[in-house]
Amino acid sequence: MSDSVIASFDVNGRSREVLVKSYHTLLEILREDLGLTGTKHGCELGECGACTVLVDGLPQLSCLLLPHQVEGKEITTIEGLAGSGDELHPLQEAFVETGAVQCGYCTPSMLLTAKALLEENPSPGRQEIAEALSGNLCRCTGYEAITRAVELAATRMEA
Amino acid sequence: MLRLRPFRYLRPMGAEEAAAMVAEFDGEAMLVAGGTDLVPKLKRRQMEPSILVGISHLEELRSLRSTPEGGMEIGAAITLAEVARDPALSAQYPGYAQAASLVSTPPLRNLGTIGGNLMVDTRCNYYDMTYEWRQAAGFCLKKDGDACRVAPARPHCWAVSSSDTAPVAIALDATAVLAGPEGRREVPVESLYQDDGIHYTTKQPYEVVTSLHFPPRAGWRSSYVKLRRRGSIDFPIGGAAVALAIEGDRIIDSKIVLSGVASHPVVAVGAASYLVGHSLDPELVAEVADHAAKPVKPLDNADLAYTWRKRMVKWLVTQAIYEAGK
Amino acid sequence: MRVVGKPLAKVDARAKVTGSTLYADDLIFPGTLFCKLLRSPHPYARIKHMDLNAAKAVEGVVAVITGNDLPVKYGILPISQDEHALESEKVRYVGDPVAAVAAVDEETAALAAEKIRVEYEVLDPVTSIEEALSEPVDEPIHDYGGPSNIHKMAALSFGNLEAGFAEADHIREDVFFYGGNTHLPMEEHSAIATYVDGKLTLWSSTQTPHYVHRAVSKVMGLPMSAIRVVATPHGGGFGGKTDPFSHEMAVCKLAMVTGKPVKCTLTREEVFYAHRGRHPVLMWVRTGMKRNGRITAMHFKTALDGGAYGSYGVATLFYTGALQTTTYDIPAYRFEGARVFTNKAPCGPKRGHGTPQPRFALELHLDKMAEDLGLDPVEVRRRNYVKPNTTTVNWLRITSCGLEEITDRVLQASSYVNRQRAVGHGMGFAVSSYLCGAGLPIYWNSLPHSECLIKLDRGGVTVYCGATDIGQGSDTVIATVVAEELGLWPSDIRLVTGDTGFAPVDLGSYSSRVTFMAGNAALDAARKLRNLIAEVAAESMGCSPGEIEVGDGKFGTLSFEEAAQLAQERFGAISTTGSYRPPDLAGPYKGSGVGPSPAYSYSAAVVDIDVDPETGIIKVNKVWLAHDIGRSINPVSVRGQVEGGVYMGLGEALMEEQAYRKALPKQPSMLDYKSLTSIDMPEVETILVETNDPEGPYGAKEVGQGPLLPVVPAVVSAVHDALGVWIDQVPVTPDKIMKALDAKTKGQAPRFGPKSFPDIAYPQYVKVDTPHVATQAI
Repeated sequence: MSDSVIASFDVNGRSREVLVKSYHTLLEILREDLGLTGTKHGCELGECGACTVLVDGLPQLSCLLLPHQVEGKEITTIEGLAGSGDELHPLQEAFVETGAVQCGYCTPSMLLTAKALLEENPSPGRQEIAEALSGNLCRCTGYEAITRAVELAATRMEA
Repeated sequence: MLRLRPFRYLRPMGAEEAAAMVAEFDGEAMLVAGGTDLVPKLKRRQMEPSILVGISHLEELRSLRSTPEGGMEIGAAITLAEVARDPALSAQYPGYAQAASLVSTPPLRNLGTIGGNLMVDTRCNYYDMTYEWRQAAGFCLKKDGDACRVAPARPHCWAVSSSDTAPVAIALDATAVLAGPEGRREVPVESLYQDDGIHYTTKQPYEVVTSLHFPPRAGWRSSYVKLRRRGSIDFPIGGAAVALAIEGDRIIDSKIVLSGVASHPVVAVGAASYLVGHSLDPELVAEVADHAAKPVKPLDNADLAYTWRKRMVKWLVTQAIYEAGK
Repeated sequence: MRVVGKPLAKVDARAKVTGSTLYADDLIFPGTLFCKLLRSPHPYARIKHMDLNAAKAVEGVVAVITGNDLPVKYGILPISQDEHALESEKVRYVGDPVAAVAAVDEETAALAAEKIRVEYEVLDPVTSIEEALSEPVDEPIHDYGGPSNIHKMAALSFGNLEAGFAEADHIREDVFFYGGNTHLPMEEHSAIATYVDGKLTLWSSTQTPHYVHRAVSKVMGLPMSAIRVVATPHGGGFGGKTDPFSHEMAVCKLAMVTGKPVKCTLTREEVFYAHRGRHPVLMWVRTGMKRNGRITAMHFKTALDGGAYGSYGVATLFYTGALQTTTYDIPAYRFEGARVFTNKAPCGPKRGHGTPQPRFALELHLDKMAEDLGLDPVEVRRRNYVKPNTTTVNWLRITSCGLEEITDRVLQASSYVNRQRAVGHGMGFAVSSYLCGAGLPIYWNSLPHSECLIKLDRGGVTVYCGATDIGQGSDTVIATVVAEELGLWPSDIRLVTGDTGFAPVDLGSYSSRVTFMAGNAALDAARKLRNLIAEVAAESMGCSPGEIEVGDGKFGTLSFEEAAQLAQERFGAISTTGSYRPPDLAGPYKGSGVGPSPAYSYSAAVVDIDVDPETGIIKVNKVWLAHDIGRSINPVSVRGQVEGGVYMGLGEALMEEQAYRKALPKQPSMLDYKSLTSIDMPEVETILVETNDPEGPYGAKEVGQGPLLPVVPAVVSAVHDALGVWIDQVPVTPDKIMKALDAKTKGQAPRFGPKSFPDIAYPQYVKVDTPHVATQAI
């Protein structure tokens, strides 16, 4: 029996069918088969959150997801966060403005997690933001500017 | 990048078929639901199955409903996040919802299932390491080796039960439905565990947990208090689940279950019985907590000093009793 | 100022929020091979025999190399050239690389590496400072240094120590231990190399492309001119990517052997083995003080666990004794230190390099002396603060110094003086100081430390500078400086940085040197360009160049483009260059190379905590951090550095520790190595104080490292404030607090920490005449 399977799912609004190894994780498929290197990795064991993508709108860890688990699902990666054209998502704008981006390596995961948060809770408090981001480690910012960015984006998106 | 070794992934049509597949490839195949416990362990080569039988797609494992008797049935593939935010569950079984909300991290809870957390592998910081690390340290009894690295004196595995939800399920007298190739059986969650870090469960490897059944618990209060270093990510290094049936200000029934202190969730039978017939006064609570904590003997195989962890059990039980009694 | 000091977006932020920034592991070229290193499972062993045949036979394997293919030693410091990319005779820590495989994919490389058979003769590992100081069971780890496993010792004495102690009303000794910890950058180290037409190119997540360039040249036997090292956008450094590493050497060699691009990305566990993190340091300090709190003399001893190799360790050693004097005016000072080799992952520089450990000890020691004398700990510090424009007892030149002001501001903001006193609640205060760049380069030369080239043509302004943005925002600083001078926006400037092939040398992102040094080099080049353009613009407008107003995209009435075109019509192709070399600041003694800096930043912290006396669990409520930044080039970035420094300081104070089981890292994973999550992080209030340094670009000083330093002692001080116990060892875990409380209950000394300092046979100290004139009355 072949260990390759056809994985079919939507990525950033586009349906994809990819021949992949059945034991490759979504992280490998996105980065290596689809060239979507905006999804990062820091441990590959589900411990750091850097590889977070949205699966049907929910933050999940791509380093733990097997191809069968995402069959038919809608995946959003950082490359799909902004709309078409030059326009950034309000969260991206806010991250840029507040200095929430230092090395930038956790940034894609933070943005996607924050997007899911704001969809569920459009005006989260500081504690709710901290809870929501608590699976995504950052070593540069101390989470302070990231929290400010999410607050700023929430305010703007509410307005 | 740390990667998986090759395996085949099978996608059965139902729980019985899943069980049959695992039984057929005896020792070669493993069940996988969310994979949040299994996938890292595969990457670290703590388990080396050549076949994975996926079950998270099975609709029959996705029920979440009240039972006619007033209890609840929760499909094993319901995610921890779904449990944590379900209003009916939080109302009747707050301790269980609380425990689910404290497992690991938000993104992991969107993937990890309650069945998976119930059966989560026992943990030890000589065991939950990569192949290379374990090779350097010397392989342990639980995988590839012939001696326990924590307590080498006798051939017993001391890996620690690290489920947050199991102790609460036990405290609430939940049962689990297990599907085998030839049919199903329903067992108390409490009976799923035994005192052995390797063979920590009485469930057969091929048996699929399809659902959990919680009996009606109107008039009961439950709580779960978790000890860990950080506010997120970490496994429990101690935990206390408490369920109290209270009439007026008197406790008429109680159950206390500990996590993270032995190879199985530890039911503090004697301690809990002290509470019955009394109201929660500080002296009694201290006595009960002391009694519950006394037999616990943590070892140096989890985070922080084991002497401190031992000392914290009493505190955990105290907190959990007050939390439940609120 | 039009752009300097404004809260503008970082020039690389947009790419980072869209996921389009290409980090090292995101790079791939057609035909790329993947490399995996085989590492030693033994902390200390001789290699008897290696058999590569099974590995070479694996389908998809293209090359396997060992130490025999890379026989030349290297190391970051010229005096510690003690590493092989791949060891062929002896391994010195678990994780020491011994072979490298290149294969068609990473899985194949990993499988093949595992098939390499290595026969080891296991030696008795050295696992602690104490063991390293005693006679080794087997041969010493290295064939230099000594006696036993001592790597290097230092002994310096400034002023008349004995007289100082004789003058004191009170003398106190304390012992402290600072546990080692690691950088834990989110990005695992990665490197990819190509070898085309006899030219080697290495893209790597390094903080120091220039030093890697030199090391690669030495090891590969290629001239510097045949090598280009590109520092890719960085997923976090904190000092962890400042050494040349085995995987960098391996991909270079494998690219040369195979003729194909070769990439190697470490796993998280391998990052823990590569380490170069904070040295564990045992410290002893003895201070003499007058009744009024004035220090009369200080004797400071350190012992550093260096791990298996030299790395930056000699510098680290001297740093554990250097900056005590840049906050406090110490009239007589003696420092003795020793760095030892052990069979553990090599230690190196981490944020604050060698100074957080003594700062922790020093600040707590002063708290204790104040307590002994019944004095206010803040007042004791103030009584000893250094003054601006003075020279310290160990010949360090102090210029701008905002100690008094940051102290006032942080106390005021935090209401520290009027803090609420209750069991379980505490606040702690501490100050610190850090370098704005090391005054001397890693290897001896008199060349500029930073060089910058600006090209102006029809394509606009491009700045070339070797400086390396590791996320701290150095690209933004350079762009801002150039934009300020040319009347443009930072986003108008194209940058080519961290590239030894295209950009002139900058020594790298370490020692908090980039804003000060590369900033000054950029300023130099930009002003030259501005003068050229202004000269032509002035001619065209019929005024003098000095009358030309530059700003808002204009030179006088001309647009920048018009003025630039006139300048090119006049001069042809235009480029200007700028350089920065710090003034010669080293004192007249051997060992004076570590400590001098063209300026020092100052930080003061107040930490507010609750600590549960039943559990020892600490909850940090808030941190106030006042920082003397000189001047903020970009206040948003500066604030981010402060917050990040506070975060990392809290992590080191509370939980981060590179712990070992004998010689094996105990927790080489993101789960087990504890770093603060968003839930654990308190609010941080940042207070910036601008002292306008006379030599910094627009008066700017560093912020990348300094703000970490006072946080660690302030946490411990707050624990004492809350519970009356001293935790003289970090990280301050709850079990340590409970042990100290137990001791207090039993009527023993209410503390947790090391009990003694080993008897080390330091060499006879070098007695140094001091330039020092006390700035505070004794």
